[in-house]
Amino acid sequence: MSNLTVSNSTLALGFILVIIALVIGYWQKLQIDKDIIIGVVRAIIQLTIVGYILKFVIKANDVWLTMAFFVVIVINASWNAGKRGNGIPKAFQFSLLAISVGTIVTLGTLVWTGSIQFIPEQIVPFTGMIASNIMVAIGLCYRNMKQSFTDRHQQILEKLALGADIKLASEDIIRESIKSGMQPTIDSIKTLGLVALPGMMSGLIIAGVDPVKAIKYQIMVTFMLLASTSIGSFISCYLAYKQFYNEQKQLNSHLLS
Amino acid sequence: MKDNHMSNVNNVKAFKNIDGVKHLKNIFELTDLSYQVGDKKILKNINLNIEQGKYITFVGPSGSGKSTLMRILASMISATSGEALFNGKKISSYEPTEYRRRVSYAFQQPTLFGKTVKDNLEFPYIVRGKEFDWEQVTKFLNYVNLDESYIDKSVNDVSGGEKQRIALLRNLIFPPEVLITDEVTTGLDADNKEIVHNILNKFNQDDGLTILRVTHDDSEIEQATDKVTVKNGEVI
Repeated sequence: MSNLTVSNSTLALGFILVIIALVIGYWQKLQIDKDIIIGVVRAIIQLTIVGYILKFVIKANDVWLTMAFFVVIVINASWNAGKRGNGIPKAFQFSLLAISVGTIVTLGTLVWTGSIQFIPEQIVPFTGMIASNIMVAIGLCYRNMKQSFTDRHQQILEKLALGADIKLASEDIIRESIKSGMQPTIDSIKTLGLVALPGMMSGLIIAGVDPVKAIKYQIMVTFMLLASTSIGSFISCYLAYKQFYNEQKQLNSHLLS
Repeated sequence: MKDNHMSNVNNVKAFKNIDGVKHLKNIFELTDLSYQVGDKKILKNINLNIEQGKYITFVGPSGSGKSTLMRILASMISATSGEALFNGKKISSYEPTEYRRRVSYAFQQPTLFGKTVKDNLEFPYIVRGKEFDWEQVTKFLNYVNLDESYIDKSVNDVSGGEKQRIALLRNLIFPPEVLITDEVTTGLDADNKEIVHNILNKFNQDDGLTILRVTHDDSEIEQATDKVTVKNGEVI
């Protein structure tokens, strides 16, 4: 089994694939050529920088440097999740707490059970995987929550008018928002191996690892993503719903879309 | 400003004297109450006292500010200036959920919660951390000409009039001190209207429930004894 290598010249030739996307965009007048070019340039620059940084961190094999990388990933994911809060006050802070707790608990469990080791080449990629999944989950939670508060504001007003506390008035929305954050993970689990070979498993197979061993890793990753998205969705939803009310327990109508 | 205040209070006192009831306790006292959104003034320096046990009908053209006033009294929104007292204390000083159990607001086109009628009639019990009382609920259903069989009905299987009656029971199962009804009979047929009138009259007369009713219904306005007219955000 030969290991996959991509030389600079192969990569340059691979740029043909970007041109295909550009041609389709231009031909169909999708007006996305600018976005494609910016996206590709950004991806190349970001990944190149990250590649060199990762090389440095792995080579240094220093606990504090690994932790610093962990913090950078978590803050970055929280900032992006916060932006998806779309006007929800303190969305960044809530995302930071949700992603930190979700990542620490999941990563901690993996290290504690001996599934992974506390070394940069394992901690850094796993942190990235966990944090980015929680980030996507939180984004979905916020979007669902805002939409549900808008769609069902009449029902919430009625519940409040009957003397319900804000938690009771928002219960259905909180539940559905948590579910909306977890749903893509659950859906992807159902088709795992049948439709898609997940990134990590594919990566290991391409790198020459025995597919049976790769599957074991993938099963672990599946468990990890389930735990992390549920923790992240739960924390972010229970913190964010309160922002839809003022201190008089009245609906904050300016937050509704 | 001061003259305006006095005249409004006097106006209210004048209608209080019409039915001969004097020196009742003021359940609400509003002083220079205003509400504005951006630059738009929706309520302008409202001065109004409302006595306990009254059944007051608020009339006035659409968009005059009646519903906004009612929502302030129900603590669904807060006035932007002025003072609103309930039993002598600022509305904002009460714990909001406790307050709303004492001053209950019934909506024009209510939505029923959950799947069954029980989900709705159980809600006031859940709010108070109490067990669903089948007997009590049946008694209240009878007040609005519905029977026990409705408890397990799907919310999709009840008519518009029945829906409004069930929604009203959510407000009344634990009788509040004040019930605010915001055009609750709009769109109802004569029979359903009468049922709603009967239960409101019963609670007002037998239990001394203070009722503040917003309506555009000609017959309701005609029959009303105590009326407050709201026009262009002012009580006139």
